[in-house]
Amino acid sequence: MAGFEFYGEGPPGVDLEELTGKLIVLEGTDGVGRSTQIALLKPWLENHGHAVLVTGMTRSALAGDGIKRAKEGHTLSGSTMSLFYATDFADRLENEMIPALRAGFVVLTDRYIYTLMARSIVRGADPDWIRKVYAFALRPHVIYYLRTQIEHLIPRVLHSTGFDFWESGADLRLGETMYDSFVEYQTRLLKQFDAMTEPFNFEVIDASKSIEQVFEDLQARITRHLE
Amino acid sequence: MKMYGEHKFPGRLFIVEGIDGSGKSTQLTLLHKWLDSEGYTVFFSEWNSSLLVKDTTQRGKKKRMLTPMTFSLIHATDFADRTDHAIIPPLKAGAIALADRYIYTAFARDVARGVNPQWVRGLYSFAVKPTLAFYFRVPLETAMKRIVGGRDSLKFYEAGMDLGLSDDIEESFKLFQGRIIAEYEKMVDEFGLIVIDATQSIKQQQAQMRNLVTQALRGAKKMPVRRWLDLSSTVKGRRA
Repeated sequence: MAGFEFYGEGPPGVDLEELTGKLIVLEGTDGVGRSTQIALLKPWLENHGHAVLVTGMTRSALAGDGIKRAKEGHTLSGSTMSLFYATDFADRLENEMIPALRAGFVVLTDRYIYTLMARSIVRGADPDWIRKVYAFALRPHVIYYLRTQIEHLIPRVLHSTGFDFWESGADLRLGETMYDSFVEYQTRLLKQFDAMTEPFNFEVIDASKSIEQVFEDLQARITRHLE
Repeated sequence: MKMYGEHKFPGRLFIVEGIDGSGKSTQLTLLHKWLDSEGYTVFFSEWNSSLLVKDTTQRGKKKRMLTPMTFSLIHATDFADRTDHAIIPPLKAGAIALADRYIYTAFARDVARGVNPQWVRGLYSFAVKPTLAFYFRVPLETAMKRIVGGRDSLKFYEAGMDLGLSDDIEESFKLFQGRIIAEYEKMVDEFGLIVIDATQSIKQQQAQMRNLVTQALRGAKKMPVRRWLDLSSTVKGRRA
């Protein structure tokens, strides 16, 4: 099994030799079905004898609450938000993912640095800057990019939570209504994800298919990967 | 996000750096009062003061949850918020922004904690370059004597206790601050920090600062502030 490496220089005090687990990332825009797939994958992997850690954005013990509160206000600028999320990510990387990988877990993460970078770039961050900020991240073993067209996303979002302020990029004032804003914002995010597919070696999954079909596709790929 | 570098704003940015006990805050306060009296509009901000991030930083420190990496990133988040709210607006308005500690504090502390020097410099590349950056150079022993209250006033992270340099907080503080001084010294040439000998009298140091600031203020506009009336005495009883 291939070992771990960092994109750049990792956090101080991490010995890569000690990491024996697997880091699997599910990426994709809002409403594409990542969390649904993770909810299915976790018990399936456990049934096959793997210890699994699931983690996702803004769930860090350190910064999770702070970010949620900051988003309730209207003073969160692009660079501040980028760095707040980077703090959250670093906390989860060092205190959740790395310890689990050290213990030989399969770490299943709902989004990774790619979403964070895409959001930052759409909000005007310098792409080179944000890539360097995240140079301390572990390179995952595999990144599944759940991809679908914007037309498929809209009904899914309407069925679940409706158009959320931040998921619509409403802070960017991209359109007259939340709907216009959502379409424009998600289109821009999709463009960023597509641009990252090659340089970051994403495996593209057609997420316009049914939940069952996507699950089967993922199962087959992960099985091959874990062999 | 903009990479400001050498800023083109009409205002001026003066910052002070140095270890705890170097007397930099005293000097900045005196400079502030003088600039006020000269009729400039001055906007002061200090390290680690953004309300947005404060709770997270405090919690992290109190519960000792911070690693060198998250310590670095949470302070950068704080700084980004202050750049947008306390640094850029006054500079755009042609006012004077004063900052007690700036990016060099992060470069010194984070690198002393083992964070990669290039990474942390890149992290802060969105910062505005100060018009003048003063570094108050002081021997560690002198600074230690100035820190009021002695060992009880030493805090966990300030003393670098997270690094396990020593179980004794005073000893750890000395070792950690020693590393920080070494980082500051490296930055003098790298960033053109103006070194002030902080063993001089307060008056001498202030005179040197004012002299340099006066030169840097050529062409800066004065904006005498119309003071607020003391409303509490005039509208008393009118609130429901």
